This record gives sequence, structure tokens and C-alpha cells, in this order.
Amino acid sequence: MTENSREASSVLAKHTYTVSAVVRGYAGRTLYVNVGDGVIESKPVTQEMKDKFIGGRGFDLWLLWNGVADDTKWDDPENEIVISSGPCGGTTQYPGSGKSIVATVSPLTNVVIDSNAGGHFGPLLKFAGWDAVEVQGKADKDVIVVIDGTTGTVRIEVAPEDAPGDTHLLGRWLLDRYAADEEARRYTSSITAGTGSEHTRMGCLNFSLYDRKRQDLRYKQAGRGGIGTVLRDKRIKALVVRSRPVKGDSNAPADLGRISRTGAEMHREVREFDPIQNRMRSRGTSYLVQIMDDYDLLPVHNFRYGSHPDTPQINGDVWEARFTQGLPDGCWYGCTIACAHAVDGYEVKSGPHKGQIVIVDGPEYETIAAVGSNCGIFDPDVVLEINFYCDTYGIDTISFGTALGFVMECYEAGVLDTEKTGGLELSFGSADAALAVLHQMGQGEAFGEVVGLGIRGMKRYFVEQYDTDARFLQDIGMEAKGLEYSEYVTKESLAQQGGYGLTNKGPHHDEAWLIFMDLVNNQLPTFEDKAEALHYFPMWRTWFGLCGFCKLPWNDVVHPKNAQSAEPSKIPHHVQNYVEIFSGVTGREVTSQDLIDMAEGVYNFQRVFNIRLGYGLREHDAIPYRSVGPVTAEEYESRADRYDEQLRELLNLEPETMSTEEKMSALRVHRERQYELLIDAVYERRGWTADGVPTLSKLQSLGIDYPEVVAVVERHL
Amino acid sequence: MILVNRREQIAWEEGLTVARLLERLRFTFPQIIVSVNGELVRRDEYGTRAVPDEADVRVVHLMAGG
Ligand code: SF4
Repeated sequence: MTENSREASSVLAKHTYTVSAVVRGYAGRTLYVNVGDGVIESKPVTQEMKDKFIGGRGFDLWLLWNGVADDTKWDDPENEIVISSGPCGGTTQYPGSGKSIVATVSPLTNVVIDSNAGGHFGPLLKFAGWDAVEVQGKADKDVIVVIDGTTGTVRIEVAPEDAPGDTHLLGRWLLDRYAADEEARRYTSSITAGTGSEHTRMGCLNFSLYDRKRQDLRYKQAGRGGIGTVLRDKRIKALVVRSRPVKGDSNAPADLGRISRTGAEMHREVREFDPIQNRMRSRGTSYLVQIMDDYDLLPVHNFRYGSHPDTPQINGDVWEARFTQGLPDGCWYGCTIACAHAVDGYEVKSGPHKGQIVIVDGPEYETIAAVGSNCGIFDPDVVLEINFYCDTYGIDTISFGTALGFVMECYEAGVLDTEKTGGLELSFGSADAALAVLHQMGQGEAFGEVVGLGIRGMKRYFVEQYDTDARFLQDIGMEAKGLEYSEYVTKESLAQQGGYGLTNKGPHHDEAWLIFMDLVNNQLPTFEDKAEALHYFPMWRTWFGLCGFCKLPWNDVVHPKNAQSAEPSKIPHHVQNYVEIFSGVTGREVTSQDLIDMAEGVYNFQRVFNIRLGYGLREHDAIPYRSVGPVTAEEYESRADRYDEQLRELLNLEPETMSTEEKMSALRVHRERQYELLIDAVYERRGWTADGVPTLSKLQSLGIDYPEVVAVVERHL
Repeated sequence: MILVNRREQIAWEEGLTVARLLERLRFTFPQIIVSVNGELVRRDEYGTRAVPDEADVRVVHLMAGG
């Protein structure tokens, strides 16, 4: 179809603009699109935005803050989806410099969710002239938003009725429609969700990239928090961006030589050490499956246990044999770590796409653990099938696997039975039933509709409909703030309990992963040590999302010289690389401390944003007891030596004289108290009140004491 | 006995090497830094470097990531 004929039939609104050159990592303006009333506008990027919010997640939060009201809910028209890469996004000289960060008010948590993805959308958006896009409003029919940096046009088009619903078909359909030749395909990217996003609260976004070697599309997911659900609620079928060809200097860095030198050094490190360290280039993050099992940290049977004898059936070696090897599987140009592997030529075995031959992107560690071990499914074929369908339906694999583990425990505990599940026998390991639930979620029918509510929604539903014991559900339901946990067992690491609980968006590992430092290395023996780590690492890791960086190159390949550094866990020579790249791109000379300061401003702004929306206080940082200690006698007994010793050593008790119930109860009192003490220490370190509110002086020191921000916190001081 | 990471007491055995100790501890993560009595041990020495009785062993796992 030509653009002219499309225009005549389907364009609801159109905006033309001059594509200005990127300067030092910034296009200099953001794009506003309202799919409800057809308003399309350009907004300037101010110096204040660059100084305080940097880009990426910072820009997302600033634009979202100004777009929504105090009482905005996820499905209100004024809720927005904002997408931005950041000033370093689109750099091709340093590995992992093409991430996009998305934010919206989440249907799972009712507060701001941020989620990042690979794929080409964010960098191409910038090269099409925009540092961010914010979409608002609700269309009354399915629409496609097209941002064309080759013609300088933005259009809202009606999506034809024959447009497919699920991503693996829809993405291809979009490519055929909007990118006629090979060159256009290379510089076109889409964001889509899928039918599962329409029917569940845990919808994800698929960011496409055109894989030149395969001459086909790949997808990377912004999975967390239900952003796909918001996209489909707005009746946006897809966002499509096209830019002019990308070159090594498209991001127009202030000092190309500086970033090239830093990048070359890092590429050497990757080539030399990845093969003898984590082997990301051949196995991706799947190497973690066996490692986590070895350290008793792999979630098994709804996080009850940390290991299982069948783990070798889904470990990294299995995936290495299945992943197509020898292809440059980076999710943006120049990523030599290239961990974004795929299984090619997979024949779909069930559901509406049965018999199709597809590429399955992944699975990554989180997916394998979530839909595999956590559900007692140790069959790689089933893991692949679920991975494929979650992605194409637009369902977050982490939320799906964690929610299904909860359902399976409820089934085995008698909370659910076949009458309530519509005949599905959902005990741990029931692969067919797991797939049946997933297909029901794709169609929005039967028991799948209930699971699609997410764990918090299910807890409410089970109490209301089946009069279930709310405390039991609270104990075993692995969600906090409404978001399902990502895949690490935290019972023995108090610091990581905080790493999940004391987050802005909910329990996801991208803020802090402290289990080894705390549990194995014993580097955080005191509350102050833990609080310091729960200050530094969340800020540091937030910083990646401000700039468009992937975190993996920071710590998944490390030069041996790091062993001699004063703080090896921070990987100081890589931190210095980021100082070089940020300075080299933006021309703003910074130190490693400046990076933390930048992130701290945005982090606190997000905390205040949550408070503004009616959450973000101490009570909202509560976590389920399953993440703290053993909920059931069976769980206690499975690690009885460990727990008994703690009762003896920490509490001076004599476990041999106590019943299992008494021991569990004593341990619970102790561990819950420890978590409260941890909260006190962390809030103090972060400059927050005992209720978790950033103080005025903290806001002032960070330079974010804007009147509307101060007004929010003053209500709680 | 030897002390690992200032916390865990591990029984010493005749001929104990760093590699054998890591195996006993099931420390399989590849990105670690090992020191014995304050002295760093290179990866290629794990199989030969002896761990004496009463040693203070630190095994720093580097992943602060996930
Ligand atoms: S390290 Fe892996 S996830 Fe990160 S940008 Fe590179 S390929 Fe993508």
C-alpha cells in the first residue's frame, strides 16, 4: 500500500516537522501524541530537563508527572506511556548503549512503573528527531502511531481490521506495510503488545529490531508492570518509528575519539574474558540457572525452595545447545556481549499458532526460572513454548510465571480445585494446564481471566469468592506493591529483601541485587552496611536507565585487575568507562559521584511521584513472608539445620525442645523485626522520614524542590 | 578449621587446595576473587595453591547485578 492511498483512507491526524540533527546525544525536543483527540505536538527539551532528569527514565517521569493528575488511574485517558532512550542511547562504540525506557501508571501497582527494553525503537526515535514520545488519550478504534524521520511526519492511522493481533505476526505485517525495502527495514522499529495484553493486567511491550543476518524480526520486551495492558487500553495497536540510516556518529557525541577509545578497550575485555567467565556470547543469561540452584537461590515451587534435582534439564548447557550460535545477537549495534540469543526454526506445538515455524527470543534466566523451576516445569520444550506465547500475546513472562506458581500452590493447598479452575489440574509441574491457562489469558476467557488479574488481584478475588484465609494468601503471594517478584529467593539475604521491598516500582532485581555481597561474601554485616548498599546500588542502577545503557556490560564481564581495586563489587574501572562515555557524549564533564547524584534526584522524584498517587509510604514497602522466611512446616523442615542453627545462635533458643510450629513462629518474629530495622536504616541513609517520605532538605539538596513536589511531601511531614 | 568470608568454619583436610575448597563449598560462580590469608590467588593457581589449616579465606563473588 502506498502512503498516499493509506492517507486517504486511514489517517486520523498528521503533524509535520523538520528533522533536526542530534547534538551531543539530544534531539532537543519531545513528541506528544494524543490518540484520543488527535493532538500531536512538539515540546522543547529544556536545560533544566537535561540537568536534572538527564533523559530516559528521567524524561519519562518528568513528562508523565506533568501529564497526569493526583488521582489518575492506569486506565484513565490522561495516563500516558512515555518512551525515551537517553543521551547515550544510540551510541554504537560501547556495548549495551541502545536501551529504551518506558514509564506509565501501572495496572498492577497503581503507581509509576518503569521498564527497559532492547530493540531499536528508542535510538531510532532519537534519530528521527525526538528524545522521547509521550502518548496520551484513548482512541475509539485501533490505531497505529507512525513517526517517520525520513519524511518528517507523525501520523495517527486507523489500524485495518486485518491487522494481526499477536506480535510475531503483527510485527511482520507492520514491517511489510511501513518498510518497503531492505534499507527501510533496517531503520524501522515497532512497539506492539498482543491479545494477552488486552485481557490481563500483566501486558508487556515488544520492541522490534530487524536482524540483518536472519533478515527477520526479533523482539525485546519491556515486560514489567503491565505497560502492554495500558497500550491496548488506549487502543494503540502499534507505535512505529523510522529513521534515516544510522551511522557511527549519528548520536553526535562531543568527543567521538574519547568514546571510541573507551569502547575499544571494553570490546577487548569482552573478547578476552567472556569465554572464561559467564560465556554470555554463547549462553546469554541462562548460565545463571544452575548457578542460582547451586547457591539455593533459584525459585522452586512458588519460591518455597532454592534448588531442585531436575535443574540440569533447564540449565545453561541445554540452552547453549538450542540457541543458534555464531550470530551477532546484540540488541543494539555494537554490543559485543551479544547475549540476546534466540532459538530459530521452532515449531509451535499448541494454541492458535500451532504448526507455525517461528523464532523464539530467549529464553533468558528470568523466564526459565519463572515459568520453569518456579512452576515445577523442567522441560525446555515447554519453557520455549510458554516463552513464545507470552511474548506474542504480550504477557510478561516474569509476572506470568510468578503468578502461576502462586496458583499452583493455591491448588495444592486446596484453595483452588478443578471446579474453580474450570477443570484444570494445576499442581506443580502440570505443563499442559500451564499452557491452557496461558491460552485462556490470550483469549481472555475462563480461569485465565482470573490469573490475568495478577497475584494481588487474585488474592482479593479468592478471599471474596471463596472465603480463603487472607493471611495465608498474603504470606505465599509473591508480590509487593502489586508487582510479581522477579526470580531470586531472598529468604537468607536481608539486604535483598530490602532490594526487592524498598524499591520504587516493586520487586524487580534491576534496582539492587545484593545476595552475593550479603549472603555469600559477608560484606554487609551491619544494618549500616546494608543501608549503604541499598543506597548506592539502586542509585547506580537507576543511572543506566537515565542514559540508555544496559546494565549487563557493567558487571557481567570483568577484567581481572578489578580484583585489586578497593571496592571490587562496584567494578570501578567500568564505572570510569561510563564517566568517559557520558562526558564524551554530552560534553558535560562528570565524576563517578556525579552519576550517583544525577540518579538520586530522579529516584527521589519517583518516590514523591508514588506518594502523589497515594502510595510510596512505609506501609507500601511491606513484603510477603515467603520472601523473608519459611511459611509452611514443610518449607522449614526442608532446611531445618539452617533454621535451627539460627534459632540457637541468634536467639539463644533450644530448637530440640520446640515443635516445628514454635520454631517457625520464633523465627518469623525475629526475621520480620529485622526487616523493620532494615527499613529504618535505609530510610535514614536515603534522607527519608521514618514513614519513607523524602525530607525537604533532601529535595533541596537534590535541586528538585519544585513547588508541586514540595506540596506533595508537605502533606506527609 | 579454616574461616571463609569471616563467617563459615570449614574443616581443614590434608592437601586442601583452593579448587577443592571451592568445590566443597559449591562455589560454582565463575566471577570470584579468592584470597588466602590476605594474598590474592590467580585463577590459574586454584588447582595448585594450598590452603593451610587456620587460613582466613575470602571468596568475593562479584555479581552485584542479576
Ligand atoms: S548485553 Fe545483552 S541485553 Fe545488554 S545490550 Fe548487549 S545484547 Fe542486549
